[in-house]
Amino acid sequence: MKKLDMDIAVIGAGPAGLAAALKARELGAEKVLILERDTEAGGILQQCIHDGFGLHRFGKRMAGTEYAQVFIDALEKTDITLLTDTMVLEITAQRTIYACSRQEGMMEIRCGAIILAMGCRERTAGQIQLMGYRPAGILTAGSVQRYINLEGYLPGSRAVILGSGDIGLIMARRMSLEGIKVEGVYEVMPHPGGLTRNIVQCLHDFDILLHLSSGVVKVHGKKRLEGVTVARLDENRTPIPGTEEYIECDLLVLAVGLIPENELSIGCGIEMDPKTKGPLLDEEFMTSVPGIFACGNVAVVFDLVDYVSDSAETAARGAVRFLWEGILEPLQYVKTVPSGNINLIVPQRIRRGGEKTVSFYLRVKKPDKKVVLEVQEKDRVRESRRFAFVAPPEMIAFKAAASGSGDVILDMKEGSHA
Amino acid sequence: MLKKEMICIVCPNSCRLSVWEEEGRIRVEGASCARGMAHGRNEFTHPVRMLTSTVRLEGARHRRLAVISSQEIPKEKIREALAALEGVTVSAPVRKGDIIVRNISGSGADIVASRTIPAAE
Repeated sequence: MKKLDMDIAVIGAGPAGLAAALKARELGAEKVLILERDTEAGGILQQCIHDGFGLHRFGKRMAGTEYAQVFIDALEKTDITLLTDTMVLEITAQRTIYACSRQEGMMEIRCGAIILAMGCRERTAGQIQLMGYRPAGILTAGSVQRYINLEGYLPGSRAVILGSGDIGLIMARRMSLEGIKVEGVYEVMPHPGGLTRNIVQCLHDFDILLHLSSGVVKVHGKKRLEGVTVARLDENRTPIPGTEEYIECDLLVLAVGLIPENELSIGCGIEMDPKTKGPLLDEEFMTSVPGIFACGNVAVVFDLVDYVSDSAETAARGAVRFLWEGILEPLQYVKTVPSGNINLIVPQRIRRGGEKTVSFYLRVKKPDKKVVLEVQEKDRVRESRRFAFVAPPEMIAFKAAASGSGDVILDMKEGSHA
Repeated sequence: MLKKEMICIVCPNSCRLSVWEEEGRIRVEGASCARGMAHGRNEFTHPVRMLTSTVRLEGARHRRLAVISSQEIPKEKIREALAALEGVTVSAPVRKGDIIVRNISGSGADIVASRTIPAAE
């Protein structure tokens, strides 16, 4: 087995991994390694040919491919090692990585610090209890995107989209432009899963209807999908009798959510947050295992890649600091506590003591207008921010000061709109 | 008087706009800021979109090359521009920013590669 010693190893060469490796090298980590299971760097951005990326970070709307290329070009100017076609099999709490590839065989990599950047994957048909057979033609939105944008195949001619997450909306437009008839988008929730601008630009522009509180109750066809039955759902998501409708289609596109890909994290004993489905993180994006950090969609599913890159740089700063200073005594933490309309918070905890600026990422439970978000520490309001509009798909990102002297409560009361 | 209803996408506030023409002037109702007013007027008079698609690619691991328009093009030209991309084939290597089609469909925008693709080994 080949043995390597690295200052920092990054798992995944998507937007998070690339930004983390570049920042770690820039801050002075000398031996930086990226391990990537795909044949090239860039991650999911390589199939995101649409524009809208980079508005926060670069001040312009770029294609996903363009956004990735900026980081890939920067990587090529460094001495960071990128190993593609390489599968990480195991991580240990002592920061050793076991990986393998055809070129290198088995590898044991001892690391000063590890940054997890494995991203997320799509929820599949098996996870949403679809009734009926399992014919060909039921694909996740990301698979359809890969077929059309990278491999050059059209996987159907008439499509129904289940779920209104952003990838589903983007694919509604993409399929329409490529000549696939999109019969409609069905969302089981009473509110859309994706960003408003995607609903406008991807559905309204193409006269595609979004049916809320509606779902696919049966799939038809044995070998190839022939159609689906859709129905309206009540508040318990039970189909309302008499509202069923048969739609002929040969493609059912699933855009029903993303799940952080944390098998490696769980395998090495990292404590998880059931809400984010990512590791429990502190303000440096360090996990519960000292020296192992996480960023990007493996930490929490972000909706903007700009935030993914930011989170990666936070993790890289933490990892480099760990590399130089280590952690002398066991860390003590205060919690970040969601209150009112706040559903989830990253980071979930903050190191005790010492005034610091923390980058917070939040999601709300339900849409609301004219709200105030308060950052409270020991019954004192440290900061308050107004928002004209909040909704679950629109992540709230902001920086606030915290002293680490007590739990930080992030509270959003119901809006004042009449 | 034909009113056009639309949702503003300038910010997440998502104002519902009504836009119409009255005595030679474009009127916007429902916007809560100047940028929203401007967006409503532009969408009414000359809607434009970025065009992103792919073209056939040879000599590389992938079969398609991602492309993007160098600027927004009139919405009504999108279909025509896409049709013009149908017959285009590009050979690797390609660098991001390489012009694939100049002045697509007379729109004034070029179609450029949105990523770099090395030649296959």
